[in-house]
Formats: sequence, C-alpha cells, structure tokens
Amino acid sequence: MSDPVLQVADLDVRFGDVRAVRGVGYEVRAGEVLGIVGESGSGKSVTALAVMGLLPPHARVTGSVRLRGTEILGAKEKTLTAFRGRTISMVFQDPLSALTPVYRVGDQIAEAVRVHQKVTAEQAMVRAVELLDLVGIPNPGQRARAFPHEFSGGMRQRAVIAMAVANDPDVIICDEPTTALDVTIQAQVLDVLKKAQKETGAAIVMITHDLGVVAGFADRVLVMYAGRAVEVGQVDDIYYRPRMPYTMGLLGSVPRLDAGGRRPLVPIEGNPPSPAELPPGCPFTPRCPMAIEACAEAEPPLEPVNGPGHLAACIRAEEIARENLSPAEVYDVAGEVRGRHAATPEPAAEPAAGPAVRAAPTPREGREVVLSVADLVKHYPLTKGAVFRRRVGTVHAVDGITFDIRRGETLGLVGESGCGKTTTLTEILELTKPQRGTIAVLGRDVAALGARDRTALRRDMQVVFQDPLASLDPRMTVYDILAEPLRTQGRRDAGTRVRELLDLVGLDPGHAARYPQDFSGGQRQRIGIARALALEPKLVLLDEPVSALDVSIQAGVVNLLEDLRRRLGLSYLFVAHDLAVVRHLADRVAVMYLGRIAEIGDVERVYGAPMHPYTQALLSAIPLPDPVKERSRRRILLEGDLPSPAHPPSGCRFRTRCPKFKALTDGERVRCVEVEPEVRPLDVDQGVACHYAEKLEVV
Amino acid sequence: MAGFLVRRLLNYVVLVVVATSLAYMLAASALDPRANYEGRNPPLPPAVIDARLDELNLNNRTPLLARYVTWAGGVVSGDFGLTVGGDSVNDDLRRRAGVTFRLIILGVFFGGFLGVAVGAYAAVRQYGWFDRLTTIGSFVVLAVPVVVIANVLILAGVWFNGLVGERIVYVSGEYTPGLDAGLPGQALDRVQHLILPTISLSIGLIAIFSRYQRNMMLDVLGADFVRTAMAKGLSRRAALTRHALRTALIPAVTYFAFTFGSLLVGATITEKIFGWHGLGEQLIDSINTNDVNTVAAIALLTALSVLVASLLSDVLTAALDPRVRVG
Repeated sequence: MSDPVLQVADLDVRFGDVRAVRGVGYEVRAGEVLGIVGESGSGKSVTALAVMGLLPPHARVTGSVRLRGTEILGAKEKTLTAFRGRTISMVFQDPLSALTPVYRVGDQIAEAVRVHQKVTAEQAMVRAVELLDLVGIPNPGQRARAFPHEFSGGMRQRAVIAMAVANDPDVIICDEPTTALDVTIQAQVLDVLKKAQKETGAAIVMITHDLGVVAGFADRVLVMYAGRAVEVGQVDDIYYRPRMPYTMGLLGSVPRLDAGGRRPLVPIEGNPPSPAELPPGCPFTPRCPMAIEACAEAEPPLEPVNGPGHLAACIRAEEIARENLSPAEVYDVAGEVRGRHAATPEPAAEPAAGPAVRAAPTPREGREVVLSVADLVKHYPLTKGAVFRRRVGTVHAVDGITFDIRRGETLGLVGESGCGKTTTLTEILELTKPQRGTIAVLGRDVAALGARDRTALRRDMQVVFQDPLASLDPRMTVYDILAEPLRTQGRRDAGTRVRELLDLVGLDPGHAARYPQDFSGGQRQRIGIARALALEPKLVLLDEPVSALDVSIQAGVVNLLEDLRRRLGLSYLFVAHDLAVVRHLADRVAVMYLGRIAEIGDVERVYGAPMHPYTQALLSAIPLPDPVKERSRRRILLEGDLPSPAHPPSGCRFRTRCPKFKALTDGERVRCVEVEPEVRPLDVDQGVACHYAEKLEVV
Repeated sequence: MAGFLVRRLLNYVVLVVVATSLAYMLAASALDPRANYEGRNPPLPPAVIDARLDELNLNNRTPLLARYVTWAGGVVSGDFGLTVGGDSVNDDLRRRAGVTFRLIILGVFFGGFLGVAVGAYAAVRQYGWFDRLTTIGSFVVLAVPVVVIANVLILAGVWFNGLVGERIVYVSGEYTPGLDAGLPGQALDRVQHLILPTISLSIGLIAIFSRYQRNMMLDVLGADFVRTAMAKGLSRRAALTRHALRTALIPAVTYFAFTFGSLLVGATITEKIFGWHGLGEQLIDSINTNDVNTVAAIALLTALSVLVASLLSDVLTAALDPRVRVG
C-alpha cells in the first residue's frame, strides 16, 4: 500500500473554552475516498477547515496535519499557500456563495491555475476552459465568460470542483458538496467528482451528513460525534457490522428508499450534546440504549474491534461484536432492560406499527374525499420597469394539476426545487378561488365559501411549516402559541387542551411556559405540529416538516407524524423533496415536474416500478445507505438543469432532459414535442403523464 | 450598460427639475424681498418698489406661477436672473462654485479614499489596536462639531508653523492676495491654503466612511468566496484585497453619491471658518438678504451636482458589480 498523502493526528480545535474537535485522527492514501459522517455540530466541517488552515484566527488548533510527510499545522503562510490549491484543495457546501460574485467564472478558475503555475493569462484561460469542459459544463468557452449569478447551483458547484482540481491536487476535501443541491443535480455532481478523482488520482475526504452519499462513494468511513471520531472502518464494516451504538442509531434512523413496508424508524433519544457542555465520560451515554454506569466514568478510546482497520469508541463494542448485535436489536432492548441484552436475537424487530396497521380497513374508493384538487393553475406575471410596470412573461408555477386525498391517507407531493409543490400547498391554504380549476376541502368548493365559512373551514385544515424556528413567534410562550388557535376559534378550556397537545406530541406539559428558543429543532417542530393539531383538524398540510432536522431527530418526528395520523385519523398532504421520507410516510405519491404532475399513484407501485422517465431518474438519483446495492446500481443521469418555469418546453415539459426521448426515433419524438401528455391511469392506482411510459425497476 | 445609464440619467433629470422647481417656489413664497426696500428712510414710493421688484422678477404681487415661468424660462436659456442688488446671479455663482467645488472634490476624494482604506484595514484586524483606535477616533470626530474641529485644526496649524519656523499652512483665505511668484509659486500658495480646510472636511468623511466600510468588510470577510480564494492558494492579503475588498466596495460607492450632495451646502461652516467665500456662505447670505434667485440657483446647482455624483456612482457601481451590467 502506498504511503498516506494526508495524515491527521490528535487534532484539537478550541474556540475559547469550547472544544469543537477533540483528538480526531485519520489518514488517506492516493486514490482513496474517506467519508466523514456526522450530524450538525459534530465538528466535521471544523476538522476540514482546520486541516486546510482556514479557521478564523481565534480558533486554537493543536495536533498534527501532515501532507505528504510535511507538517502543515502551524506552518508559515507561505508554506500553506504553496500547498493549498496545489496539493490539497477543497470543495465547499454552498455553491451559491463559494464564487466571488464580481469576477467571471473562467477568471476565477484561471486565477487558481496562475497562483501555482507559471503560465501566461491566455494559457491559464485555455486551461480554465478545459477544466470547465472536464466537469461537464456545456459550451465551456462561452460559459467561462459568464458571471457566477448566471450559473445554476449545480453548474457553480461544477465550477468550484474545476477550481479544486485545477492544479492536479493529491487530496480534495469535499465539505457537504451536494447538500444544497437537488437529488438529480447531486447525482450529476457526484459523478463529476468521481470523474475528477479518476483524472487526478487524488484522495478524497468526503464530509457529509447523508449516509447514502458515502455508501457508494467512500472506501472507508469515519463517524464523528461530539467532536470525536467514534467509529472508523471499511465502508462495508460500518454499514453492515457497526459496533458503536451511535453509528447503529444513525443507520437505523435513515428513512430508506428501498425498504418495503413502513417499518418505523429508529430515532435516537435526546439531542446531540452542545460542545460547550459535554456530559462526563462517553458523550453519547445520555442517548445510548446500551449505556451502563461505566460509560459515564471515562471516555472510551478508539480501539480495534473484529479485524484490522475497524475501530470503535465504545466499552461495549467487544460485546456487540461477539453477539453480532444488529441496530434494531440494540435499539429495541432500550425499552426492556437498559443495558442488558437478551441473548437470542428475537424477530420482534418489527415493532408495533407494522405494515398491518397501514392497510386501511376500508378500500380507498369507499373513504370520504378530504381534499380534491382539479386542474389547479397558478401563474405569476413577470413584470418589468419601475414606473410603468408591464408584463413581459408568465411563470407557470403550477399548470393544471389534479389529485385527491381521502380520509386517513397521506399523499406525498414530491419534486425538485422549482417544480411548484410549495405553490400548490399555498394555493390550497389560501382557501380562495384559484386562477383556474377547483379546490374542494371536505367536499366544499372553496371558491364558493363566504368569510365565515372560510374561517370555520380553516379549523379542519392546518399547516406545519418547514422551518420550525421561523414559524414560531419567539416572543410567545409555548402555551400562548398553542392557545392562540383555540382562542381565535372561540374555545375556552385552553389550559387543559394545551397540556393534552404537548403530551400528544411527546413534550413535557410542564414546559408550556418556555419560549421556542429554549427548545431544540426537533422539539420546536413538535410544537409546530401541536399547534396544527390544536383545533382537531381533519387535514394537515405538511411543508417539508423534517427537512431542516438532523436524521436522528428527523426519525422521531416522522414516527410522531405517522403515529398521530393513525391515532387521530388524520389525512396529510406531505410536501417534500426527500423521496425516502415520503416513501416512509405516504400512502400515495405525486411526482411533480415544472408545475405538472408527472406520475401519481400508490407509493409501493410508483417506487417499485416507476413508469415516468422523470420518476425513474429521480429515484435512481437518490443514494441508498447500502454500499453493496449502491455499488451495483446503475444511475440514470439527467442532463442539464431544470428549464425556467417562465419558458417551459412545448409538448412534454420533461423532453429536454428525458433519457427516453433521446432513445426515440424522430417519428416518435414528434408526439413528445407537440402534444402535452396528460396523466393517464396505466395500472391500478398508478397514473403517468408520458406518451411512452413503461415500467422500470430502479431502486 | 449604456441603456442603464441613459435610463438613470432620465430619472435624475426629472428629479432635478422637480427639486429645483419646489426650491424656487419655497424660496419665492417664504422670502420677502419687498422688506429690503420698505424699511428704508426716507421711504420709497410703493410704485418705485414695485418697479424695482418687477425688474428683478421678485415682486410678490405678481402671481407665484407667473414669476416661476419667467424664472424657469431664464434658467432654460442659462440665465439665473438677478440678485437683489441687481447683479447677475451667474457671475457671482460661477466664482463661488469654483471655490466650493475645489474644496469639496478634494475633501470627498480624500475622505472617501482614506475612509475606505481605514475601515477595510480595521475590519481585517478586527479588535486589534488599529481597529480600536480608529473606532474611538471616528466616534470622537462624529461627536465633536465641525466648528470645534476646524478651530482645533487652525490652532494646530499655527503651532505647526511656529514649530517649523515658517508658514507652511495658511489658516485663512484661498490665496495670498497680490502674491508675485509666478504660476508655480501661486499654485503652491493655493495648495498651502487648501491643506487645512481639506483636512477639516475629509476628517468627518473618513470617520463616516470608515465605520461604513468596516461593517461592509466584516460582512464579506467570513464569506465563502473569500475562503474559496484562500483554498485556491491565494495568500490572505491577496484574497482580502482581490476578493473581499472588491466586493465590499460596491455599497460604499452608492453611499458616496449621497455624501457629495449633502457636503455641497454642508461645507458652509468649514468655508466660513477658513475664510473661503463659497456657495454655503452665499446661500446663508442670500437667505438673509431675501435673495430668491440666488437661493434657487444654489438649489439647482446642488441638485445638479447630486445628479452628477449619482451618475458617477452608478458608473462606478456598474464597473464594480457585473450583476448590474449583465442581466
């Protein structure tokens, strides 16, 4: 094996009294991909910046970072600048702000070239265009002259990658490179990264919170918790034989696209500790289902468990390895005897809310329609001019969509940013006559509602928003927040109801006098849900309710939503971009593309055998937290970006990016170009808007 | 780009017309030139007063609109009318505008330039000694009235001259009258007279601009693109100047336009203390003497120079920020 190109040892980062990173060490060899996984606040990004020497001056960094054998921690700026960009380079999370807005993209890449290579400006520019071509920017010569704001998010991230590989580096650190991007764009960018790695033979350190992204990409994985590495190993070891309960919890809490049925997720109790006040001993102790007294005494070191190269920081790792406990077992025993495990692995891993509950007693057709949307249209005018505003175009945000939700059912509305899913939701919330089409809530056409009826109807339809902090008034106590809808609708006994509600969503009723900022993200979202439930609605609209939460927290909220739906007989319209969460929570799913529904139907059918090429691409773009499956999967990569909703393509809107369209003969294509496909039922509860739909298994 | 500037220019022209017209109407209805004649001893016959006022287009018995039309007609052809004394407003103003603009352009230039430099450097060394010193300094300057600063400067100048034993800086006037030293000598003389008033004007500007620029700079220092630039291998200094400062300059340029306009008249105190006969002094005097036409002319001049400064800042913004230029 070759020597490691990057060796990090005992890395410690302090901000004042807060230890953000505590003794992290790892090494990567040429051509190797190391995945660093952890939730927000685990110190993974700080580690990366410390390695690059890019932390702000008030951070105190100790330990050792050796790049090709040279110590660079605390090195002079001259040494550092010689290494940065040439030997070690970085791709940042937010492509929108990673490029300087006032310089041309080509110039910024050329700058990276010229810092390290003695070339003329022309040569550097030629190289920049080559690099843009390498990362798959169409028409690179011309696009190099564009400014960052003329690039889409995916293209900007490609440009940043081009910059990172400009000098053929030995190590590329990628800090959540795809988190800000849509899944189909994420698949493209990951593909580009793989290509760039092949081209340069560099080692990649891939930092992410998404266990799916590293599964197919990394060779080894390092799991971080509370500023420390808690488990390191080959990717298969980590995913199939995890030995640290935190890793197990993380794996168990990820909603999976490939899991049939609706197994409840395994949330990890509690919240990640604040780095300023870590619990004594192992920082995971308060949340760990296997914690024993000894855990709180001393922090366990990272020690080898079953086989070389697999290390875990848990005093019970040996025990877990010996009995080969699975995450489900570890997290199941939590309920029974804390810390003691019954020797036989029981098949009771299927807890209470099994798939049996899921099949509703009455068939779909027999149940009441709670929400029905028919041919809904929402167009926004594009105007120009300050004094004399004139209309110069139309944004086709939602362009004729039809669906309905029956009692006790969850419809997932999914799609990438800009597809019109949130517009649909706000249109429904308005409870007024839409521009075209009809919306009927509980059988009542909203266009015909009077003011009084509308207020009354609002009681039956509530909403939970994406950002739990922004949607709660910071100056109101939880009690006031929950009592407000009750008072508005003229209910008296607010006190009892508020206690009931807090209990319902799993919060301590004694905390009613606190303010939203005293709660963690997951708890705030629970408050948001409690507020939505205050008036006992029949229909709840959920706008990305879990996308702002960490996976271990997200799992708890997802389970809560599912539990509430069953207990209270609610219907959900669940708007999300995360298809895995939707599979988990929804009975039916509608996939939107550019303001139209591409495919709609039963979740199992749509996910199992999607028929629309877009659904197929979307599903195949989502990485699975399963290394073996992930390695053998064939991705359908979409080309380019979402067209502007102001100028949707004629005929089928998806045809410009459609892989199927490319395979058609010219004669067949005419239909796609000229006729806009309507959703037509092709199977039992599976409708597809494609002229040439056929089933394809992609997950 | 050109289209953008033409559109802006059109907007500004409309604004100038509106602002000047309002200023004229306000001056013409609030000031009372008749009073200049009525209190005289021996009293002038009303007919004489009316005739004199009519001659000057200052008669308040003529309808305001009629006076305005006469005045505006003159302005369009480049004639600002007559002062209360019967002289041409144009001649008087031309001389004084030269004096004021010389002072202000230098003041704004040094104030803006040094202010940005001081602010940017203070931000880079946030909470360092330079940052603390300039923070205290700018608050002191902002808190102390210009009158005091100008007088302190005069005292300092006199002290400095005494120290060197030669008159290096002059504390009063625009030039030494009757100096016979040829062109280079006269130029030097003017520079020597300029030093103190320029410092007095720019010191306040430096204080404001440095605070403003410091904040703008702090905003971009933590920006991702600065980090990207350093990750490329640029030194901190290069990343800060090429990427951070360049981006942080854009809002300062907008601010510049407003400063210029307000300084034009705001420089009055500096002018007065250093014995410069500029527009500010003239404006005060003309209000005291009920000189409507001069007041209106100065208002127009102010509006025009704000227009020029705004246009200049638009050009600079467009040059600095491609998002304005492209799409």
